[in-house]
Amino acid sequence: MERIPILQMGEFLMVTIQVDMHDKLAMSLQDDLTERISRKNAKGVLIDISSLEMVDSFIGRMLSNIAAMSSVLDARTVVVGMQPAVAITLVELGLSLKGVRTALNIERGMALLQSIRSSQQQVEDSPIEQPYA
Amino acid sequence: MNSPTPEIVPIRSESDVVIVRQNVRKWSISVGFSLVDQTKIVTAASELARNTLIHGGGGELKSFLLQEGNRKGLCLIFDDQGPGIPDIEKALQDGYTTKGGMGLGLGGSKRLSNEFEIKTEVGKGTSIKIIRWKA
Ligand SMILES: Nc1ncnc2c1ncn2[C@@H]1O[C@H](COP(=O)(O)OP(=O)(O)OP(=O)(O)O)[C@@H](O)[C@H]1O
Ligand SMILES: [Mg+2]
Repeated sequence: MERIPILQMGEFLMVTIQVDMHDKLAMSLQDDLTERISRKNAKGVLIDISSLEMVDSFIGRMLSNIAAMSSVLDARTVVVGMQPAVAITLVELGLSLKGVRTALNIERGMALLQSIRSSQQQVEDSPIEQPYA
Repeated sequence: MNSPTPEIVPIRSESDVVIVRQNVRKWSISVGFSLVDQTKIVTAASELARNTLIHGGGGELKSFLLQEGNRKGLCLIFDDQGPGIPDIEKALQDGYTTKGGMGLGLGGSKRLSNEFEIKTEVGKGTSIKIIRWKA
């Protein structure tokens, strides 16, 4: 069966959606990502949708599900590159990508994941809680 | 005047939903829609095609290119012989779903269209017509 490739870059995973996905392909991406996050102990997922010419309720739900699932597995998800026409249409459709962080492009998305990651590590590294720090 | 014969796309599988999207994109380009308008009607068509497949048990899309004087538009009709919709008002409400979806498809595709019409009969089927005019 057709599958969307998942790349690994250090502790982050990256997916570029380049095809007009049918629903089963979207579902299998969701499953594959969840499995990879837990197997590789990944800390972030970057999903590039700059080639997507449309996001409907099904794909929107897939993005929200990936964000929710990754967050349970202690990883953050950032969706990058949404075309302006797609963003305008999503609002009118009534879809709020709940829990999904977005960034303009891959570089900014990566920077966002890295900054979230380093603030997490600071918390992990501090020996005791410092409520007044 | 409407174009004499509609183009017909069967909706029997998930890949047909993708084919619907591709055809609607092609037709909206031929009408001369802006990119935003193309995206709106393609998204509405994707929602309605999936409803035809999942709730209606399959069916077909008929498309008509419209021309009224200087005005051009695209008319899409989604037909199925499924269970019908008992309460249209309810079905149009955002968040209402009978199959664990998000309940956005119907209300959303109405917002994304200029004209929207549902004909449905319980036990007989559903026909949903949308029109988007070139701005
Ligand atoms: N063609 C149809 N035949 C029968 N029932 C339909 C049809 N289209 C829609 N419905 C009914 O209307 C409800 C609302 O449809 P809508 O598209 O808004 O939401 P959904 O398909 O359940 O979820 P979503 O589209 O957000 O994934 C459906 O759950 C279904 O009960
Ligand atoms: Mg629907």
